[in-house]
Amino acid sequence: MESGIALQLGQTLLAVLAAPLLMGWVNACRAWLSNRRAPSLLMPYRQLRRLFHKDVVLANQASPLFRLAPYAIFACMVLAAGIVPTLMNDLPFSPAADAIALVGLFAMARMFQALAAMDVGTAFGTLGARREMLVAFLAEPALLMVFFTASLIARSTALPTIVDVFAHQQFAIYPSLAFAAVAFWMVSTAENARIPVDNPTTHLELTMIHEAMILEYSGRHLALIEWAVALKLFTYSALGIALFLPWGIAPVGHWPGLPLAVVMLALKLALGGFVLALLETLNAKMRLFRVPEFLGTAFLLAVLGMLVHFLLET
Amino acid sequence: MAPTAPALSLQLTWGCLLAWLALGALQLFTGLRQLYAASALVALFLGGISLTTLDGPPQTMILPLGLPGLPFHLRLDALSALFLTVQGLAAFGVSVYAMGYFRSLDSATARTTGLWYNLFLTGMALVVLADDAYVFMVAWEMMALASYFLVTTDHAVDEIRRAGFLYLLMAHVGAVALLLAFGVIQGGQGAYTFDVMRAATPTPSWAAVAFLLAVFGFGAKAGLVPVHVWLPEAHPAAPSPVSALMSGVMLKTAIYGLLRITLDLLPAQPAWWGTLLILLGLVSALYGVIFAAVQSDIKRLLAWSSIENIGIIVTGLGLALIFRAEDKAALAALALTAALYHVLNHALMKGLLFVGTGSVLHATGTRLMGGLGGLMRAMPWTATLMLIGVFAIAGLPPLNGFASEWLLLQAFLFTPGLTQPYLNMIIPVAAAAVALAAALAAYVMVKLYGVTFLGQPRSPELQRAHEAGWPERFGMLWLAAGCIVLGLAPSAALTLIAPASRFLLGASLPVGAGLFLTPIDPERASYAPGILLAVIVIVLLLAAFGVRLLYHGRVRRAAAWDCGYPEQDARMQDTAEGFGQPIRHVFESFMKVEREVPDPFDRRPRYRGATLDRLWLLLYAPLARVVAWLSEQAARVQQGRIQWYLFYSFATLTFLLFFVSR
Repeated sequence: MESGIALQLGQTLLAVLAAPLLMGWVNACRAWLSNRRAPSLLMPYRQLRRLFHKDVVLANQASPLFRLAPYAIFACMVLAAGIVPTLMNDLPFSPAADAIALVGLFAMARMFQALAAMDVGTAFGTLGARREMLVAFLAEPALLMVFFTASLIARSTALPTIVDVFAHQQFAIYPSLAFAAVAFWMVSTAENARIPVDNPTTHLELTMIHEAMILEYSGRHLALIEWAVALKLFTYSALGIALFLPWGIAPVGHWPGLPLAVVMLALKLALGGFVLALLETLNAKMRLFRVPEFLGTAFLLAVLGMLVHFLLET
Repeated sequence: MAPTAPALSLQLTWGCLLAWLALGALQLFTGLRQLYAASALVALFLGGISLTTLDGPPQTMILPLGLPGLPFHLRLDALSALFLTVQGLAAFGVSVYAMGYFRSLDSATARTTGLWYNLFLTGMALVVLADDAYVFMVAWEMMALASYFLVTTDHAVDEIRRAGFLYLLMAHVGAVALLLAFGVIQGGQGAYTFDVMRAATPTPSWAAVAFLLAVFGFGAKAGLVPVHVWLPEAHPAAPSPVSALMSGVMLKTAIYGLLRITLDLLPAQPAWWGTLLILLGLVSALYGVIFAAVQSDIKRLLAWSSIENIGIIVTGLGLALIFRAEDKAALAALALTAALYHVLNHALMKGLLFVGTGSVLHATGTRLMGGLGGLMRAMPWTATLMLIGVFAIAGLPPLNGFASEWLLLQAFLFTPGLTQPYLNMIIPVAAAAVALAAALAAYVMVKLYGVTFLGQPRSPELQRAHEAGWPERFGMLWLAAGCIVLGLAPSAALTLIAPASRFLLGASLPVGAGLFLTPIDPERASYAPGILLAVIVIVLLLAAFGVRLLYHGRVRRAAAWDCGYPEQDARMQDTAEGFGQPIRHVFESFMKVEREVPDPFDRRPRYRGATLDRLWLLLYAPLARVVAWLSEQAARVQQGRIQWYLFYSFATLTFLLFFVSR
């Protein structure tokens, strides 16, 4: 049990520490693909350090909610990263929250972010909050439906059980999972504010969503939010791996499996990051009112996945 | 389950009802608002008694009241005890709040309001205690009439009188349906006690007729689409504590009635009943939340949100009926528990949101979000407590709204293996609709909270808005604490619900260990809100102190970044209409939108946008026209001349003589 808790802490800490690296890797890939010289892989860490050193400049009318939000968002994301199995499965923390609770955690972080964006009362903040909620109201149920499809196959919403079923049982082709995988990819681009839904590097007011919400943040607050963004990308990637490529995650207490799990995770994340960068380079950002169509498609695909499961696989 | 002779709890409960009546009479003569504290204590006592009787055997009592040969039958069983608990807990908080809130009424209004308020509480409690159709209908009418008079407290306003009329009309159309439903169930035996009805065995088709009548009648009270139209009119018209009671408690009596008739009085429930309820529930949930997103009046928004939540509850009931028809008692218990849990949660969180809105209304004089903003600074208590309510109703862990929605979604995941093939098509879509409604609820709540409490004040007077008084704060605190406790200790809620579930279905959900919510078995799913909260708080504190320790905690204050446009003011923030615009854009086909866009050169621009319920135009307006036409035709008979009336009498007599002589 104690080793389980230590492992849980270790796995969470690893996610927290490695998340900026994944961000750096995606940025580097994007630079390579567009024929630019890539920044160092450690660039995100340097940015975090720089931001932590800076003073916080608070708007005069900012309320306590505004100051609480970055910490709350960061805490939600750390917790989410702790729940998703990355290296070892069935760690002691996983019974506390299942896939649905994970969606709830993401929703909580989002709500804090949107409320904080409205707190100062500038035009951009509210605009960003409104757009974020527009993206979320379709992305969240779509994500839930993806989890539902997986849960129906695994007969459980507990992530360890899902991973266990997908990784260790007889390999079978589930058509419903194919729908779910496509939907999951679409949702994760939206939720992580990536192209084609949002552009993480833009500050053009007509198009920005996530950046508009954090315009008023500075110093350590901004650092925590940026870190949470990196963690979210890491968590989503880990989720995608856990749901669709779960091979290599070691069962709890299975020490010999650990080195292999670390290597597999690094490889899968590197591959996923590269594909993300590739798709971002090939696509353009879409108009805001095309986003509901895009996410509506994701939602329908996920529901179709569930229907397919009900009709063909039971 | 033979009724037992000593019925102390029931006698005490009856005593509570009498106490409320006495308090109502006292209010009528004195109009003292301190008496609301006494009403609150009675409510607390009532809640306490029903808590102790949850698990006990049913208690019955016959009162020598009513018509000769038709006495009042009362009964306190697990189901009524659960709903009485809900009423007691919510009514306590709301009544304490009311003590502070009603301070600005003039003395005549204060007296009558006090009377109706207590009568309303009595009526709602009597509805769930009734053990025959006669008491039930009397209590039902008492509740409807008292709430009608409360809705029209401000009867000088035209709009409020109209809202009240619509409410009264819908309440009575619904009541007629209920009367017919009871008539059908007792099947001509001439006795209207529920015991007789339980023993009756109506044919499946008559049972279906009774069920449909009950769904219509109770649906009209609960606000199921398409008989929801009174709700967004009446809730905003009423004073805020009354809106809180109506939305939090009164709507639940309709859920109670539906449960009582469907699962207790009628012998068998075919699967299509469940399907019908699921469809009605989902339509209500989605319709309600979409319209909530485009409202700019806070109370109207909350009223639409109530329609959504009732939809979610009814969906849970429908799922329970389907599982019951399939003889899966444990799963039926899961779905029913989810629905009843949501009943409990919604009573507290919607009560909290309505009374919080009341404080805003009191402090600022408006409930239109367009005139509010930045209230977090002037009203920190109200704002903080409302934040809890908003998080709870948006379905965020670890608060209570999430727990019940989590259970409902779990129930959906157990549906494979149902024998009816058409259900396999409906269930995934239904689960998706519930998820969509829950996500939209978060949108609505961000809009409500962000526009009202955050940002810059949209008018300078708002900076001087006064904070709610102490009774109000205590009332809100009580309801908010309820939201937190029910969220963190789901096993407490399950303990409350289990007896009612056993009573209705013969099965209940295992309560499980303190922190964990594990519906069927931990391999399938588990959820521990307490642990989630603990970890979030620990990480939050670690991050806050860690950053200060490793780096620094310096803060500079400065003006907000204006993006280089120097003249920014509070009007440039997003308005309520603006925040709802994307939803209106996406779901425009459901609504009829009316807009008045100002001229760009207008010095004092006024924008008006109204979103009308298309169902009103499609369903009610033609119906009203038909009724008006029919009454016009009937009016032709009324010539107003004596010779015509004599002729009618003569014709009638001849007609009757013709029959008699045959």
